[in-house]
Amino acid sequence: MRPFSYTRPDSVDAAVHAYAENSPEVRYIGGGTNLIDLMKMGVERPAHLIDINRLPLTGIEEHEGGLRIGALVRNTECASHELVRTRYPILSQAILAGASGQLRNMATMGGNLLQSTRCYYFYDPSYRECNMRAPGSGCSAKLGVNRIHAILGASEACIATNPSDMSVALAVLNAKINVRGPKGDRVIPILEFHRLPGATPHITTNLHPGELITSIDLPPMDFGTRSCYLKVRDRRSYAFALVSVAAILSMDTGGPMREARLALGGVALKPWRAQRSEQALAGKKASAEIFQHAADLAVEGAKPYKDNAFKVELARRAVLRALTTVSA
Amino acid sequence: MEDLIGEPLDRVDGPLKVSGRAPYAYEQKLPAAVYGVMAMSSIAKGRITSIDTRGAERVPGVLWVMTHLNAPRLAGEDVNKPDNQNRVIQTLQDGEIHYSNQPIAVAVAETLVAAEEAAFLIKVRYASAKPSVSLQSSMPSLYTPAQAHNNNPAITNRGNAQTGLNAGTARVQNEYYTPFETHNPMEPHATIAVWNGPESLILYDSTQGVFSDRDRVASLLGLKPENVLVISPYLGGGFGSKGPVWSHVVLAAMAARHVKRPVKLAVERPQMFGAVGVRSSTHQTIAAAASADGALTALRNDTISHTSTFDQFVESASLPTRMLYACPNNSTSQKLVRSDIGTPSFMRAPGEATGVNALEIALDELAYELKMDPIALRLKNYAEKDPETNLPWSSKSLRECYRMGADKFGWEKRPKEPRSVRDGNMLAGWGMATAEYPTRRSASTAKAIMHADGKLEVDAGTQDLGTGTYTVMTQVAAQTMGLPVSRVRFRLGDTRYPNTPVSGGSQTAASTGSAVQFATSALREKLAGMAIADKQSPLSGATMGDIAFENGRIFIKSSPSRGETLQALLARHQLPSVETTATSQPGLEKKAFSMYAFGAQFAEVRVDADLGEVHVSRMLGVFAAGRILNAKTARSQLIGGMVWGASMALFEQNLYDERLGRIVNNNLAEYHVPANLDIPHIEALWVDEVDHRVNPLGVKGIGEIGITGAAAAIANAIFHATGKRVRDLPITPDKLIV
Repeated sequence: MRPFSYTRPDSVDAAVHAYAENSPEVRYIGGGTNLIDLMKMGVERPAHLIDINRLPLTGIEEHEGGLRIGALVRNTECASHELVRTRYPILSQAILAGASGQLRNMATMGGNLLQSTRCYYFYDPSYRECNMRAPGSGCSAKLGVNRIHAILGASEACIATNPSDMSVALAVLNAKINVRGPKGDRVIPILEFHRLPGATPHITTNLHPGELITSIDLPPMDFGTRSCYLKVRDRRSYAFALVSVAAILSMDTGGPMREARLALGGVALKPWRAQRSEQALAGKKASAEIFQHAADLAVEGAKPYKDNAFKVELARRAVLRALTTVSA
Repeated sequence: MEDLIGEPLDRVDGPLKVSGRAPYAYEQKLPAAVYGVMAMSSIAKGRITSIDTRGAERVPGVLWVMTHLNAPRLAGEDVNKPDNQNRVIQTLQDGEIHYSNQPIAVAVAETLVAAEEAAFLIKVRYASAKPSVSLQSSMPSLYTPAQAHNNNPAITNRGNAQTGLNAGTARVQNEYYTPFETHNPMEPHATIAVWNGPESLILYDSTQGVFSDRDRVASLLGLKPENVLVISPYLGGGFGSKGPVWSHVVLAAMAARHVKRPVKLAVERPQMFGAVGVRSSTHQTIAAAASADGALTALRNDTISHTSTFDQFVESASLPTRMLYACPNNSTSQKLVRSDIGTPSFMRAPGEATGVNALEIALDELAYELKMDPIALRLKNYAEKDPETNLPWSSKSLRECYRMGADKFGWEKRPKEPRSVRDGNMLAGWGMATAEYPTRRSASTAKAIMHADGKLEVDAGTQDLGTGTYTVMTQVAAQTMGLPVSRVRFRLGDTRYPNTPVSGGSQTAASTGSAVQFATSALREKLAGMAIADKQSPLSGATMGDIAFENGRIFIKSSPSRGETLQALLARHQLPSVETTATSQPGLEKKAFSMYAFGAQFAEVRVDADLGEVHVSRMLGVFAAGRILNAKTARSQLIGGMVWGASMALFEQNLYDERLGRIVNNNLAEYHVPANLDIPHIEALWVDEVDHRVNPLGVKGIGEIGITGAAAAIANAIFHATGKRVRDLPITPDKLIV
């Protein structure tokens, strides 16, 4: 690991200032569950770390009819919070489906949004080709081992996936990400937070350099608890999703679906909102046929690679299962 | 006094371990020690054309960066060649690259952080050649080795397999695949090398064989074995990977000699994948045929496994097909291909875990073909003697294992038809398989010392892999000397103690347990002899057969009040201690008997009908393994083996990028082993089995049998649940949804 300097500011402004001062070889560190890994592997080699754990970004509170969750709230705290569990159970489910108890106790909400891909070729700098890690070097995964890679939204430059479970739930909750940077505060809707790889896979979010996530807002939701987070994986805990589905239906039993929200994880470099499926479901009564149709639409345009063709069928089945479960 | 042997005694080293006070190899406190970190090759085949260490050497605290350009010549390079005992290792003697993750440099620094950073900063250029790691690309190198594992022939034939296949009314013939797997003991390999002058070396090494480690390191470094001391008090698992000496041990010694400081060198988790042995994948073609009543008419197993380009190891999966069932026509072969990989090596039940798996899935398939219960098929073909050697079994209680297992598991309630039990989205299924593992032992020596304070110490070089060696040897010694375990101390893991074999092949309890019993018995006789010959002793003039030892007293059986304490005896003789050394070695039993432990494995699974996720909901293993020395540590070992069987069935595989010849999932996030949630309630039981033929203690060894058959039972249960037969492990969701 490269030696680094370390500061632990007490205010958000001081943190943002310290970042600007030390840019570009600088990183914020929260729970460190991903960054430390990447530093050990030599993927990240910052010269300066700004520890944000003393910043007043903790706590979960009522906000404009919904909830505001501090960026430093630990994943475990969020998942077990009474208001989250009762109003947004899908977020609790998604968080608890990820990582392990130890990791969730350390990982922060803001940090989870910034998790790096688990692409093997990204995670180990001894692989020469990775456009995400070393722009312009190529993509090893395209012709390499790509069982865990993207089937949607990938590009010639990169076929990695985003591994976060939490972000998939946030995607259907229409969460808003509050950030502060050198130029002040702004709000980024969750669907605009992560980027598809395109020609610039090394830029994975729309955060500007030095911007710090301060909190996550969950808008009010009248969906009740008709939601589910379904994660399909190779082992029952501490495994990233092969595919996952977050589904919310606004409906009364037997009645039509007023609104449907559906997102897939493990299939793209961002949480993948299946908007065509959502449109197909809206206004319809729940039925096996319409769910099947929605499931087909969810994987429309999917492009599998050598090892991950199964994901297309698995994603379809997972959507079907999630919708069936939520509507029951 | 009740028999201590077999009691579920808590581990005598347990308190030290749970309180963090058991010093493992890397944790030995040596104030002058510095840190070595290896750099590994990122190509699988070719050679280094340049290696730039300037950046590494500039890191503050770096003492030396050893590469093939400046590494000292290895005095024993001429013995670094393939042989039956040892692995060929890579010690920076040239710039050739034979596999990915091959050590190419060692950075030595005052701190671990500095050594890590220096190793990272080494810049290497290679002339790369196209590697071959797959079976297909390696097939041109196919050859038949001179022997399979453990001196077994590579090819066997009895009767006429083809005639037998033709004669059967039911027949299965399929290809079975088990993947490359990597050992991941909790404690990775670690060594501290300390030189005591130019010709004398101390190694604190996490090794399964202190003596084999000593001898191999000595010959590679050109030292006298007596000038190498190996100390290995605790291991965090070995599973075969710490049997042979691998490159890092010798590299640590080379580095320490140059920097004139003790060097601590741990193999980091990602470096474990390739440099310190893997289980080779196996490609097994199995054919089985039976007449309508289920009697086998033919069994074939043709196995191909991989070895490296520079060394030979045979994953001998065809062996179980030779001996497990009575069958007149049997043909097996064991072939190898050479691939650009680190040499495969022993992994828990080498050959048996992979071979029993494929055979037992094939038998399950045959049972369905015959519409016969899988246990009934196995009983129909029960081998009353070893069909390959024609020798009688030393003992075999497999029938009792099937019976007890079927009873406890509720096997008779199993519906015959596959895919016939559904609960919502979940399909349930039951499967079973046979387990077996050969019983081995080697010569082993122990020293027993009775101290003046009445405490018994027993020393033997041996190892405790985390299995319970400290504990069971304490029990054997205590029982033999008639002492409570609190007055017995067993010491191990040190080449200054008497010579013992490597802890591999499930032979430690059989070999060293027998030696401990011999040495303690001999000491007992010596003490009794002293008392008998001592006019001042209450036992003066007694006959040896009348003397008993209990609770630290030595007395006349028929008149227990006539006796004295061991302290009194030693005090009167003014002796600080009395000691004996004894050796136990294999006798003629191997010529007269075929010796195996057997068992029956049962599994229940629930499979998501649409999503392909498999949940193992129940596992039961019933074993017959001779005498059980400690009911608690035995259960732990058997359960551990079964957990690994579940892991083999569902999770583990080295994922190779075949273009690069590299293992891409070389970390514990992506190389899956079971998490707690994956493992259900597991029961491991055993039948009482008395076998005095195998060794004086009557133990068969339980380190490895637990994994055999466990994966097959799960694979068979998955078929029963889903109707889908998966013949290539691991059985991941993608294989069940197609």
